[in-house]
Amino acid sequence: MKNVHVRNCYSEYENFQSQFLQSKTHVKRATQLWLISAKNPSTSGDAGRFNMEYIKEEQVENNAGKILCCQCGVVIEPNPANMCVACLRTVVDITEGIPKQGTLHFCKGCERYLQPPNDYVHAALESRELLSLCLKKLKGLSRVKLIDAGFVWTEPHSKRIKVKLTVHGEVMGGTVLQQVFIVEFTVAHQMCDDCHRKEAQDYWHAMVQVRQKAENKKTFHYLEQLILKHKAHENTLGIKPIAEGLDFYYHTQSHARKMVDFLTTVLPIRYEHSKKLISHDIHSNTYNYKFSYSVEIVPLSKDSLVCLPKNLTHQLGSVSPLVLVHRVTNTLHFIDPATAQMAEMNSNLFWRYPFKTICNPKQLSEYIVMELEIILAKDRKTFPGQGPISTKHVLADAWLVKASELGINEDLIHTRTHLGHLLKPGDSVMAYCLADSNVNDSNFDKLDRDKIPDVIIVKKHYGDRSGKRRRWKLKHLTDEGMLVENNKDYNEFLDDLEEDAELRQNVNIFKDPNNINIPVDADEVDPNAPHITLEEMLDDLQIEDDPMEGDEGNEGEQGDGMAS
Amino acid sequence: MAVRVQFENNNEVGAFSKLTNSYCLVAIGGSENFYSVFEAELAETIPVIHASLAGCRIIGRMCVGNKNGLLVPNTTTDDELQHLRNSLPDKVKVQRVEERLSALGNVIACNDYVALVHPDLDKETEEILADVLQVEVFRQTVASNVLVGSYCSLSNRGGLVHPRTSIQDQDELSSLLQVPLVAGTINRGSEVVGAGMVVNDWCAFCGLDTTSTEISVIESVFKLNEATPAAITSEMRSSLIESMS
Repeated sequence: MKNVHVRNCYSEYENFQSQFLQSKTHVKRATQLWLISAKNPSTSGDAGRFNMEYIKEEQVENNAGKILCCQCGVVIEPNPANMCVACLRTVVDITEGIPKQGTLHFCKGCERYLQPPNDYVHAALESRELLSLCLKKLKGLSRVKLIDAGFVWTEPHSKRIKVKLTVHGEVMGGTVLQQVFIVEFTVAHQMCDDCHRKEAQDYWHAMVQVRQKAENKKTFHYLEQLILKHKAHENTLGIKPIAEGLDFYYHTQSHARKMVDFLTTVLPIRYEHSKKLISHDIHSNTYNYKFSYSVEIVPLSKDSLVCLPKNLTHQLGSVSPLVLVHRVTNTLHFIDPATAQMAEMNSNLFWRYPFKTICNPKQLSEYIVMELEIILAKDRKTFPGQGPISTKHVLADAWLVKASELGINEDLIHTRTHLGHLLKPGDSVMAYCLADSNVNDSNFDKLDRDKIPDVIIVKKHYGDRSGKRRRWKLKHLTDEGMLVENNKDYNEFLDDLEEDAELRQNVNIFKDPNNINIPVDADEVDPNAPHITLEEMLDDLQIEDDPMEGDEGNEGEQGDGMAS
Repeated sequence: MAVRVQFENNNEVGAFSKLTNSYCLVAIGGSENFYSVFEAELAETIPVIHASLAGCRIIGRMCVGNKNGLLVPNTTTDDELQHLRNSLPDKVKVQRVEERLSALGNVIACNDYVALVHPDLDKETEEILADVLQVEVFRQTVASNVLVGSYCSLSNRGGLVHPRTSIQDQDELSSLLQVPLVAGTINRGSEVVGAGMVVNDWCAFCGLDTTSTEISVIESVFKLNEATPAAITSEMRSSLIESMS
């Protein structure tokens, strides 16, 4: 009898427990961690409705008994909250404090999204950038652990972006809940500052107008290369080619000022500064101006023939009035073809005693050297107070025949030239024919006609190279090449680059990948013709889209390849 | 039956009271509400006594007792001990114990016949326990917790243990105790069932947060619905005593 009651007790208990545990299969099932996940989120954007599923977790000991959920009495595995998932969800919401709606600001004009505080970034729909932008908008995410984030497809024009987030949050002393929810972003339009300024036609505050009243545009081709080499165009809002020059637009006056300073260092210029009052506020004493810098480049280009005023010739070491423009840097370099005497003049001096060209390179005509006689140094006439005489040039007497009259006209034209080191009989030269030209220049008129040579040799002619394929190329400020339309000037500029190594120093020359491997055909080109050596050329920066292919391609980047 | 009660906004009623089949100790609180609940349920059958131990109100955690006796920690003052001796029925022996683990209620769980104790409890204490409370002593853990008093709640009819107690442990414990056990919670999911409730053979008191599910688990495992005090003290005690002997 003594055990009967206990036995009874126990069987009762067992009944109770089996009822409580419902079935042994429940016990056998692996214990689960308490995780909640949303019901199929792709079908519905409704973030409020959830169902739950269990996720297996092996670490949890397998033999723990089952208990009743303290709220609803469902049989569950013990967990830190001792509540079933459904009850836990009614008590706590781990996504509480995370906004379920948001606003993204989007600029229609440039199709960029606002990245607070005031950056605008490009981001494609469903891109990584856009996702990071969306996540930054959600303030409460730091309190939970973000497991996954992705986009739910929305119609591209719906101005809605839905982001599906999976978060883990710890509740009630160690229970980890997983919840999936969807945050809907509304795309609101907000014009960015740049577009706003563009729209208001107010996007520049300062302008630099560069002008040259010259016959050809070679100076501007040179200027373009200088700007590229020195990256002086970084702050420009826009560059606009105008007849006789270029306009550079800037956001602030200081940028324009910087450009003017740059121009001062590389070209002989003068500039004027003016400002126009756009608006002002008398209460805060602020004024809104548009600033203009009018920059005028000295209207002389290389190889022009000028006739210096008499007082200027005295200042320049009694150089003879008829001189060729040898080079244009921030000062003007002249050379007298008859004596090889050099003269250098800064832009201030030019603007004080302005003069014009009497012949410019368009008027060059081709002559053939029939005879050449070097003039030795001892035979030269020098006088005290004479300016520097070039040692790189060799003075010579030359007898020429016009190329078009070769074989017809037997009369040789005599002239003196400073190019004795380059020429030999039979060479072709480009020269100005003063005898045939009609010059309107007051300084020229004052000269003694007898002392004026009939022909002035400017440079050696290497044949027409305009059709030749060059192995190198230049970069341009704009993709179209804003000045290339004037093809003749541009080709002359390229020829000048090939002939003048000192000019080349200021210019970035790039290998032309299309032409670089073409073998130089000796028949086609004069072997003595100046050319640019391979060492002087830079490799252009080439960015491969495909990283796998990029491994094979050459990645020479010693040239600072500038994107124009 | 099980009653919900709160001690000064605190749901851990097991810390502030000690309930056995022959007496009930209640902490001295700011108001008499807590005491009144116990008195209303128990005054007809057993004395309900205001008590403090070593000046503390957490008497339920500091002492251990059953219908045969009461063990108090040696920090208990003489006045308190005297008060207890005066108030308790004569057959209840009161004994002070020198025990390092002085929160006896936390380290010992007992009914009138069996006691589960903390594995590190003194040998002397164990002997005193067996003498005074007339129980068989087992060194055990509940769900790997050594504080057996905190994590289980026992009566002569059943027991509630920590929710993470495995089935094997439950089986082992219930065969030691010879009463049915169930894993469960108190106070809306709290695991400290010993502190969350007090129980004797016909009545249980639990924290005010306890849900109806938890109440129903308590009432079924402690068989509080069907049993009357008379039935328990007569029929069940005799059978259990027989089984012990």
